[in-house]
Amino acid sequence: MIEILSALGPTSIQDLGRFDQYRFGVGTSGAMDDVALRAGNILLANDENAAGIEIPVTPFKLRFCRDMAFALTGAEVEAEIEGRAIPPWWRSHARAGDILSLKAMPRGARSYLTVCGGIDVPVVLGSRSTQFRGEFGGLHGRPLQPGDILPCASASCSIGELGVEPPDIMLARPNAAADEITVRVVIAGEYDAFDGATQELFWGGSWKITPQSNRYGYRLQGPAVKPISPIEKRSHGIVPGVIQIPPNGQPIIQMRDAQTSGGYPKIATVIRADMWRVAQARLGGRLRFEQTAYADALAAEAEMSAYLDRLRSDARLLEELRTCR
Amino acid sequence: MTSLDRPRISLLGTTAMLFEAPGTFDLPHQRRIWALAVTASKWPGIREAIPGITNLMLTFETLPREVDSLIAALNDGWDEAQEFAIGGREIELSVTYGGDIGSSLQAVADHCGLSVDDVVSIHAAPLYTVFALGSHPGYCYLGGMDPRITMPRRQTPLQRAGGGSVSIGGSQTGVSASPGPTGWHAIGHTRWTFFDPSWPTPAALAPGDTIRFAIDRVIR
Repeated sequence: MIEILSALGPTSIQDLGRFDQYRFGVGTSGAMDDVALRAGNILLANDENAAGIEIPVTPFKLRFCRDMAFALTGAEVEAEIEGRAIPPWWRSHARAGDILSLKAMPRGARSYLTVCGGIDVPVVLGSRSTQFRGEFGGLHGRPLQPGDILPCASASCSIGELGVEPPDIMLARPNAAADEITVRVVIAGEYDAFDGATQELFWGGSWKITPQSNRYGYRLQGPAVKPISPIEKRSHGIVPGVIQIPPNGQPIIQMRDAQTSGGYPKIATVIRADMWRVAQARLGGRLRFEQTAYADALAAEAEMSAYLDRLRSDARLLEELRTCR
Repeated sequence: MTSLDRPRISLLGTTAMLFEAPGTFDLPHQRRIWALAVTASKWPGIREAIPGITNLMLTFETLPREVDSLIAALNDGWDEAQEFAIGGREIELSVTYGGDIGSSLQAVADHCGLSVDDVVSIHAAPLYTVFALGSHPGYCYLGGMDPRITMPRRQTPLQRAGGGSVSIGGSQTGVSASPGPTGWHAIGHTRWTFFDPSWPTPAALAPGDTIRFAIDRVIR
């Protein structure tokens, strides 16, 4: 078990998501940075869909109630246990009673704590992810609070330390400037409803991530991008990554807790392989969009799969090496 | 045949595809969407086929290597789709129009050049059909609203609107199942449970069900 001692922002329990309930109006939820969650679970030899804790704000503190292997992945954090620094993207070990403290998050926007066996909250509609709007999943369908006790599945884990290379190194892409992240997008249904000059504004813009950005969506600020004439679409399904343009011309990227449908015109959609980059972009930071063909988006997926495969095989090899000795 | 007569098919990034039927927002078109949803949900690699308002979203279980064959299958599927008349159940929902939750009632009346009473009686007159579920858990998009009370969606979406709010967005109406952000205009509210994850089917209503709004009272 784990006891939450302090949590400031909307800290929540998430697995990879709830993907097959759209027909009931239920969105995916799930880890905003699914690559980080997978990597944490790979480090612990968990099922990659095991639930972890998504931590968007520091300081954050919890107590381990028994001996346990764990990993911190995602954002770069300054973390320690009993005065010992805990590096991110690394498997560590806690003893019963140890307090883990995340003091600061110098880079990135979300840290993931995974534990050996996973956070063992009930599976609701196929997932352990917190569904905030529906108030189910996770722990009582709400953000975590001090005093919350989280059950952990009992599993035997190796206790040796082990680290992996984070994707921002292994899958690095040229970014135009520090604090600006370029993400690849495929154009969407209403792209042609914007004239050429407006399309250029969208591609050329360095889009500021406003404080109204969260797990529902990233509201961006920049030049007004407006269609040639106002568009009222009939409501239709949308998925995380879709970039809507409301009438004020300021794009909104749909994120994991987004509504499952909408009617604002869509200019483009962030490809799945780059959604983790958006998830780790900070409030006040900037995004730039790069047009990508579907075939290139598939290549980006393949690159992501290769990275995860490498983590899996490295983790497995290291375990085998240890057992040989 | 002009392009207006053909469906519009577009990618939603790498995880989904959107099919938009040509023609009007009406029950016959929606019934063909329901038929296409049944067909498309069985195609390999498709996770779910989710009806919207005269449109259909396909989510991918596995990313298609190329999308042309899927586009062709959707076009053919639409041409073959017959009207699927789902015989749903009919429910009556008691609505309080206006008040704190339905605070846009006057604005809708002003926009449409009608009195508040006109808006209420026009809104409560039809038997609405649940066209689709979406937006948030248990939310139903309804077909059958009188176009006289059409009001464009908000310029900037609201961060939070109350649960149970009855609202208008463009030429559509619906009832929110829980509190949350919206781009629509609330004109009233109802108390009813639309969704419970512990039910065998978590949503109370399904496409093809019908709703009648009963005027409980009007707060001016």
